[in-house]
Amino acid sequence: MERGVHDRGGWPTDAPIDRTEHELADWELRMDAIENVLEKRGVMNTDEMRRGIESMPLEAYEAASYYERWLFTVETILEEKGVIAPGEIDARVEA
Amino acid sequence: MSDHHHDHDHDHPHDPVGRAGEPAAAARVRALEDLLVEKGVLTHEEVRARIDWLVSRTPAHGARLVARAWIDPAFKERALDDARMAALELGLDPGEAPQVIALENTPDVHHMVVCTLCSCYPKALLGPPPDWYKSLPYRSRAVSDPRGVLEEFGLELDDDVEVRVVDSTADIRYIVIPERPAGTDELDEGELAAIVTRDSMIGVAQPSTVH
Amino acid sequence: MTFAAGDGVRVAERPHTGHHRTPGYLKGKAGRIARVHGTFTNPETRAYGEDGNPRLRLYLVEFDGSDVWPASTRSDHVYADLFEHWLEPVS
Repeated sequence: MERGVHDRGGWPTDAPIDRTEHELADWELRMDAIENVLEKRGVMNTDEMRRGIESMPLEAYEAASYYERWLFTVETILEEKGVIAPGEIDARVEA
Repeated sequence: MSDHHHDHDHDHPHDPVGRAGEPAAAARVRALEDLLVEKGVLTHEEVRARIDWLVSRTPAHGARLVARAWIDPAFKERALDDARMAALELGLDPGEAPQVIALENTPDVHHMVVCTLCSCYPKALLGPPPDWYKSLPYRSRAVSDPRGVLEEFGLELDDDVEVRVVDSTADIRYIVIPERPAGTDELDEGELAAIVTRDSMIGVAQPSTVH
Repeated sequence: MTFAAGDGVRVAERPHTGHHRTPGYLKGKAGRIARVHGTFTNPETRAYGEDGNPRLRLYLVEFDGSDVWPASTRSDHVYADLFEHWLEPVS
């Protein structure tokens, strides 16, 4: 039966578990915090957040780092809710 | 803490242009925060406060709960039933999860915790999860090959020990109470807490050995 | 459905359509209720902007390792928190 990209229990893999740890970068802490504040403020909820991540295409999901997935879902859900407009972040970053 | 960490008690926007060595996502996150502040959706202060909370969370909190469970059997029973309430008894912040449950390791039973679907983790008590916990190989193999995973972590269990893998698929967070090591009878609660490692509370390691 | 600790259950085998928290590796598998949790909001509706009510009963379900992973020869167990509407009774 087909699986969601996130549904990884028993997913075939030969990869060893990389135990390298890294301290969270400023942007990662910030991303975590933004998502949590949005939930606290009632703008989005945890289930929407997960649903957004699950909508990533497989290749994108596997290539993204953990907080890159969080960024994807927050952008996706906020656009869906009309809180930000498509392209609004692009324009700000490119300015 | 990262070198890029700086205060945000002011209102001026972040520099959205990328800094050397960081991924493109970093500038997008700063731009996102600025946009949301401008739109009145949130404030820099709220983001700052949440970052402060995140970095305040460490495995030392969970270790206190474990140490108390080791010396106080009635407390341990309460933690097995409702670790959220047990944590509050000790003045610990159990986090926002509606329920936290402690899983007790014994000579016969060894628990390990995973979230195969995402990365659910008792971060109020253990701090942010390590990268490997969130990794695709761990999420895949913890349920299908737990003993292989434990071997990779350097933990070999006897054949007659039952391994219980708990997949945190809903809103309940799980924390492992590892077996109290032999030779620790003389240690006080603080000394006991000091030997409880993060990995032993996830279930991929035993507590530090005492010299 | 309401279950009690010890009851035999089978996980429904519904395909992946929409957000849900039942892992694929457990769909169709039989296990036992290990623990009766409280009720929680329904993630399947809350993920689409609804309030997640009515709340649903959540259960910790125990599976024999060899039932989930046929290659497993040990008496290990896998547990997962599953919602009541994903569980069918097994006598």
